[in-house]
Amino acid sequence: MITASALLGAIAVLLAWPVPLALARSHWPARSPGVALVLWQAIALSGGISMIGSLLLYGLIPFGSPLRQGIVALGGDLRTGTLPSGTSFTHVLALGAALLLGTHLLLNLLATFVRAERQRRRHHTLITLLSDPLNGQPGMRVIDHPAPVAYCLPGAGHSATVLSNGLLRLLDADQLRAVIAHEQAHLVQQHHLVLLAFKSWHSALPWFPIANRAENAVALLVEMLADDYARRVVDDHTLARAIALVGFALAGFAPKRTSEADALAPAAASASLTHEVVSAKPEHPAYQVMPRVARLVNPVQPLRHAATAGALTVSAMLLAGPALILFAA
Amino acid sequence: MDVLWDSPTSLTANELRQSLLNRDIASARPKPLATTTVLTVLSRLETKGFVTRDRSVRPHAYTALMTRAAHTAGLMHDVLEQVPDRQAALVRFIGGVSPEEAETLRQLLGVATSDNS
Repeated sequence: MITASALLGAIAVLLAWPVPLALARSHWPARSPGVALVLWQAIALSGGISMIGSLLLYGLIPFGSPLRQGIVALGGDLRTGTLPSGTSFTHVLALGAALLLGTHLLLNLLATFVRAERQRRRHHTLITLLSDPLNGQPGMRVIDHPAPVAYCLPGAGHSATVLSNGLLRLLDADQLRAVIAHEQAHLVQQHHLVLLAFKSWHSALPWFPIANRAENAVALLVEMLADDYARRVVDDHTLARAIALVGFALAGFAPKRTSEADALAPAAASASLTHEVVSAKPEHPAYQVMPRVARLVNPVQPLRHAATAGALTVSAMLLAGPALILFAA
Repeated sequence: MDVLWDSPTSLTANELRQSLLNRDIASARPKPLATTTVLTVLSRLETKGFVTRDRSVRPHAYTALMTRAAHTAGLMHDVLEQVPDRQAALVRFIGGVSPEEAETLRQLLGVATSDNS
């Protein structure tokens, strides 16, 4: 069991630092964002299982092997309140750490999803009141706001794509179709679930820079995936122009239009809100415009089949490996 | 809610029902709402913080707490502002670009932006 524990520990360290760093720095994910997304999820899941598994295996050494028997023995000893001979302080510490890390990650995941769901419901209520359906199309809402905004609100059975009046004025019909297809891709492919999982991982380990990198990388990949979906509806140039136009307009939005926004919202309660409709803060990396436009202007070949298969095999091995080690130990 | 937002004064449930009725006649919708239905919807809206109820008069008078535009501005603020927590629920199309990026984009795409930036 000690070798298995050491092996899992090594995997955990590799997946916690050098591997995600290399992936975040590499350029091929822009070519096949879907494959890269699978790989990121495999790394995150496998890394977590390896880390917890390594601690668990080490802590269970005095309780005997294999893993199942060790857990049964631990259960029995917990009831009687005794420890088997040869149990050192580090074993107990490792067990505690495994338990703590596991519960922490799971509870955080749960909390993130519950919080997002509550916000989504609240947002949905407001959207239903504040927006009008677009040409009778179900799930499409238009909100009266000058900023060119498009976003989607995922939700089982009643997801919505929200466009602002500002956006409708800014883009022509083809560009609009591109934006709508992009948002529809988010909804169809359930991107918010992946995003939430990585958000939860990051918020569970805020001191861990790789978690932040992973979240940002995944957010950008998801946007690229949605772009690829939109490219099936419109040509690359139209989509690139749509992205650029919205990007320009949002960047130029803050200083000039605040007075206009104020005029729209005379209520004192909202004055402080409208003043900073768009602040000059750096954008979230998911909304980085350049990498997305670059791959539209200079189309890159998707990964060759062999490379895709290789990456997917690695992902499968990453998931299966730690599990096998854990149960063989 | 639209009626309350459009009304300059507070309304009672009955007045609200009446103006809904007028609107429905204009849009040729045949089924009038019962006052109790209107009251139920109003109290739900009150719990959610959209309307406030003046209990000093009988019947109770309802007012919208914020204007429609204020609600919209608040909502869009949530969407656009980089509040990570509030963005958890949605996936947005794109953010703004920096001036340097804008220059590169202009060269790449030849997008006319004078009217927008």
